[in-house]
Amino acid sequence: MKTKNNLFENFVHGVFLILGLITVGCVLLISIYLIVSGIPAIREIGLIEFLFGTEWASTAAEPKYGILPFILTSVYGTGGAILIGVPVGFLTAVYLAKIAPKRVKQVIEQAVSLLAGIPSVVYGLVGMMVLVPGVRKLFNIPDGASLLSAIIVLAVMILPSIIKMSITALEAVPKEYEDASLALGATPEETYFRVSVPAAKSGIAAAVVMGVGRAIGEAMAVMMVAGNAPNMPDSLFQSVRFLTTAVASEMSYSSGLQKQALFSIALVLFLFIMLINAALNFFLKGEKKS
Amino acid sequence: MKKVVSIALIAALALSLAACSQSDSLAGSVATDGSTSMEKVIGALGESFMEQNDGVNFTYNPTGSSAGISAVLEGRCDIGLSSRALKAEEESQGLVGTVLAYDGIAMIVNPENTVEDMTLEQIAAVYTGEITNWSELGGADSEIVLIGREAGSGTRGGFEEITGTEDQCQYRQELTSTGDVITAVAQNPNAIGYASLASVKDTVKAVKVEGVTPSEETVKDGSYLIQRPFVLVTKADTALSETAQAFFDYATKGEANEIIASAGVVPAN
Repeated sequence: MKTKNNLFENFVHGVFLILGLITVGCVLLISIYLIVSGIPAIREIGLIEFLFGTEWASTAAEPKYGILPFILTSVYGTGGAILIGVPVGFLTAVYLAKIAPKRVKQVIEQAVSLLAGIPSVVYGLVGMMVLVPGVRKLFNIPDGASLLSAIIVLAVMILPSIIKMSITALEAVPKEYEDASLALGATPEETYFRVSVPAAKSGIAAAVVMGVGRAIGEAMAVMMVAGNAPNMPDSLFQSVRFLTTAVASEMSYSSGLQKQALFSIALVLFLFIMLINAALNFFLKGEKKS
Repeated sequence: MKKVVSIALIAALALSLAACSQSDSLAGSVATDGSTSMEKVIGALGESFMEQNDGVNFTYNPTGSSAGISAVLEGRCDIGLSSRALKAEEESQGLVGTVLAYDGIAMIVNPENTVEDMTLEQIAAVYTGEITNWSELGGADSEIVLIGREAGSGTRGGFEEITGTEDQCQYRQELTSTGDVITAVAQNPNAIGYASLASVKDTVKAVKVEGVTPSEETVKDGSYLIQRPFVLVTKADTALSETAQAFFDYATKGEANEIIASAGVVPAN
């Protein structure tokens, strides 16, 4: 009986191991593929010229492959989205986790989940039909497809992950902390901001990093509202192209060095996302320790 | 009728060949690859061809003109689709282009725009950034917003080649589909864009070029200047499979002109 059980256990272990390895294998495969197909163009163009070149003209008679505009756009776009999305998302999370009545909390949480489930192409479409003309009229500029429009779309798109992760972090704060603070005469608001939030800070930081990850990886929605011209992002109203959209918009027609360079862009994007993941791990570990 | 019978016979022959020799996977199928602008016309042709020839498998891979041309060259498809004439270097590699139809590229503006007519020169000047305000063209006093397609697009290639603005266009927006261009122009009274004549909807207004309204007739008689050929690309030294040859003849010998025209382009033969 015992050996039979052991056999079965071993079998199940084996199955789970294989399933786990499939995931690891996929990650490895993608990483290796990206590195192998991304390196040649960088070597041909030159790393410095590739990363810091300010002009991208991949199909010109004398092609130029500088991706600094895309890198800066991705950094600014993500930064802008965080600047708008984090305060809104964070305060929403504090309200939902600590202040909101149960019914209100349920309704809003449903809405947030729904927001997370909307496909990015729908964000892009609504952005194109409503936001872009809105920005044009509001700021009285010739065209609304710009960095600003992309930032607004991204800010809305990262809200769900920020809100949900922050709520989880805030709700994990031991109730005794808050009770103690209230017992010492602090008002509920003081308690939330002076006790609960600091106690949940690493979880909230992780939420922000996740928002960054989502924003920097988004392609479809920003492609439709950012204008997608390879300009340096020197104004909020400039038509710009992100790292993701640089890959997506030209891939279907590309060939030769242009295609290889697109893989190199994907490699740069991949490195950015690895950095963000490392940061996320760092914060999550910090949370465990505290 | 004779033709249909013979095509059917050829198709049947090809099919039986396919059954005999499994190594020749192309027999019984026609693989096309290339221009996304040709999707509508090639899709209609493929459908009607398959209807007439039971058992023939017609595929179309929308990759873009240059990708389609290199696909023929590398033997990855039977017929390449290009929405521009072949370049000399491509012809020297042993490729032959057969014009299937002509497609007009319409210059589209917002319906609110009062500009009705532009010359080729003006269009070029607008897209290279020499003319930046609609008032210079007799329109409202507002900045011109240039909408175009992404690098590598057949429509963009065709437009820039015809207007002589290669690598000089100062696009405000580079969008990845004709539909997006039309939507963007429909949303913005300052915008100008270009799109396949066949795809133009009444949410936008097509302007006259050199006084000629873009239409099927003006494209065909050559009086409308911004137009490009839809080309079937084959290899000169390699014969097509029977099925592919049958499709090629069907498409280019005038038999399918009605279908071509119904896709909004002007048949060449």
